[in-house]
Amino acid sequence: MISPNVINLVYLLSVVFFMLGIKKLSSPATARFGNKISMAGMGAAMAATMASPDISSFKFIILGFLFGGAVGAVSAAKVAMTSMPEMVALFNGCGGAASALVALAEYQATAGTFSSFAFVTLLLSIIIGSLTFTGSLIAFGKLQGIVSGRPIVFPGQQVINGLLLAATLVLAVVLFNNQADTTLFYGVLALSLVLGVLAVIPIGGADMPVIVSLLNSYSGVAVSMTGFALKNNALIIVGSLVGASGLFLTKIMCVAMNRSLANVLFGAFGAVAETGGEQEGPGGSIRGYEVEDVATVLENAESLIIVPGYGMAAAQAQHITKELADHLADEGVEVRYAIHSVAGRMPGHMNVLLAEADVPYDQLFAMEEINEDFAKTDAVLVIGANDVVNPAAKTNPQSPIYGMPVLDVEEAGTVIVLKRSMNVGFAGIENELFYRDNTMMLFGDAKHSLQALLAAFKE
Amino acid sequence: MESVTVVSGLTVFVLALFAGAELISKVPQTLHTPLMSGSNAISGIAILGALIAAGHSGSADSVSIIGLLAVVFATINVIGGYMVTQRMLQMFKKKKSKVQR
Repeated sequence: MISPNVINLVYLLSVVFFMLGIKKLSSPATARFGNKISMAGMGAAMAATMASPDISSFKFIILGFLFGGAVGAVSAAKVAMTSMPEMVALFNGCGGAASALVALAEYQATAGTFSSFAFVTLLLSIIIGSLTFTGSLIAFGKLQGIVSGRPIVFPGQQVINGLLLAATLVLAVVLFNNQADTTLFYGVLALSLVLGVLAVIPIGGADMPVIVSLLNSYSGVAVSMTGFALKNNALIIVGSLVGASGLFLTKIMCVAMNRSLANVLFGAFGAVAETGGEQEGPGGSIRGYEVEDVATVLENAESLIIVPGYGMAAAQAQHITKELADHLADEGVEVRYAIHSVAGRMPGHMNVLLAEADVPYDQLFAMEEINEDFAKTDAVLVIGANDVVNPAAKTNPQSPIYGMPVLDVEEAGTVIVLKRSMNVGFAGIENELFYRDNTMMLFGDAKHSLQALLAAFKE
Repeated sequence: MESVTVVSGLTVFVLALFAGAELISKVPQTLHTPLMSGSNAISGIAILGALIAAGHSGSADSVSIIGLLAVVFATINVIGGYMVTQRMLQMFKKKKSKVQR
């Protein structure tokens, strides 16, 4: 048994370690070590807690560790990199559930004895933790394709959501004056679970990167609230860190899409098409090319920028992309990658996939770093990206994506677009890029097309 | 765990927000996914509260059972989160210097 002061000092150390861990994440060279420092911090905090006089039996703890550890380890070890976004969403949901359950346990143990402040934070923890849990489950479902990626809307939905939220808050206020009323407490919990589902269903699958970031932030806030209720500094601080991190990433995503967070949460994107009115199709025609023609262009280029998108992830084409890039680099072509902040299903998704394919990280560039270079580049290879390379965002005020920062690929000598078919992207609009004279379309599955290109090079 | 009054708790919360914002703004886009999973892993710190609940007594009362569930979820979050972050970070390599032809 150790004294509470020692425990709190260890907590301070842990928090310092967590912050150092994030600091080390400022560069891929130091990031691995940072993760280990963070792990050490977590271990220390857990060890100190287990030595606390508040603990009198380890049987449930050990049981919990065994079960949770097994599930966590196995799923983490087996998940494919392309499914990383949904995995993070799922783990995040578990975190939300954990915060809510801790608040619930605290309530069961000492209902009726909370100070006003502690009780408010306890309630917030239950509400936020619960809706984070179910919201994350839905996000997982949308990313996995189990739940429809199209926004699920029904008549009166906004009204129902509003009423549910109001009901939850009203119950919470009533509960505040009757702390010991367990039925009310479970009522608030149940309503929050439902709210989580209803809040995420109307959001389209391609907006999930924003939602996962936001839920990440919420789970941090839930942890902080639990920290206030339990009067635990470590939880308060860590919750803030995570809350800030999630919010920061959410903001980056929204800026990158040029949509406000409110628009993402409540916009049900399909509705935008109604207000946009009839859109003129871009003039001109789309030309599909043969593999040999495309191969020739690539081999004659001196500089190439590759623009990956969700299509590359869906086709699992990251490895073949690297092979092609290596071949061209051996032939003397300068190869770089341009990564738009919302390409893929998660912030940094493309980077992770390319890293998995062993692409050195110094070949990967963010939009701001590389956008001016397209004009000086001979060739661009767009692999499964669509809205992020649509010039309409700059030129057509009627377009739903107008104002969104995009990659200026059309400035390059030739733009090669790998696309499965002429199906429209998430935004549901035509892409003017495809109609331009300097664009060559290569239809087919990205992986097959790239393999065919490689074969053509070797002839 | 009574380590904090309302005001000092709020102070700490606000300071942590600022510190967090500063630290996080230095993370490059390339590492945003590990940042997400790494910060998710540390949100598993709720496990500390779960440990207290699950360990408060040897009998299977409601607090212990809820605590057990909380430990399960929090452990999945922590173990899964750190492992997934480690897997991702392992893949980031600089260009190995090749002999120039």
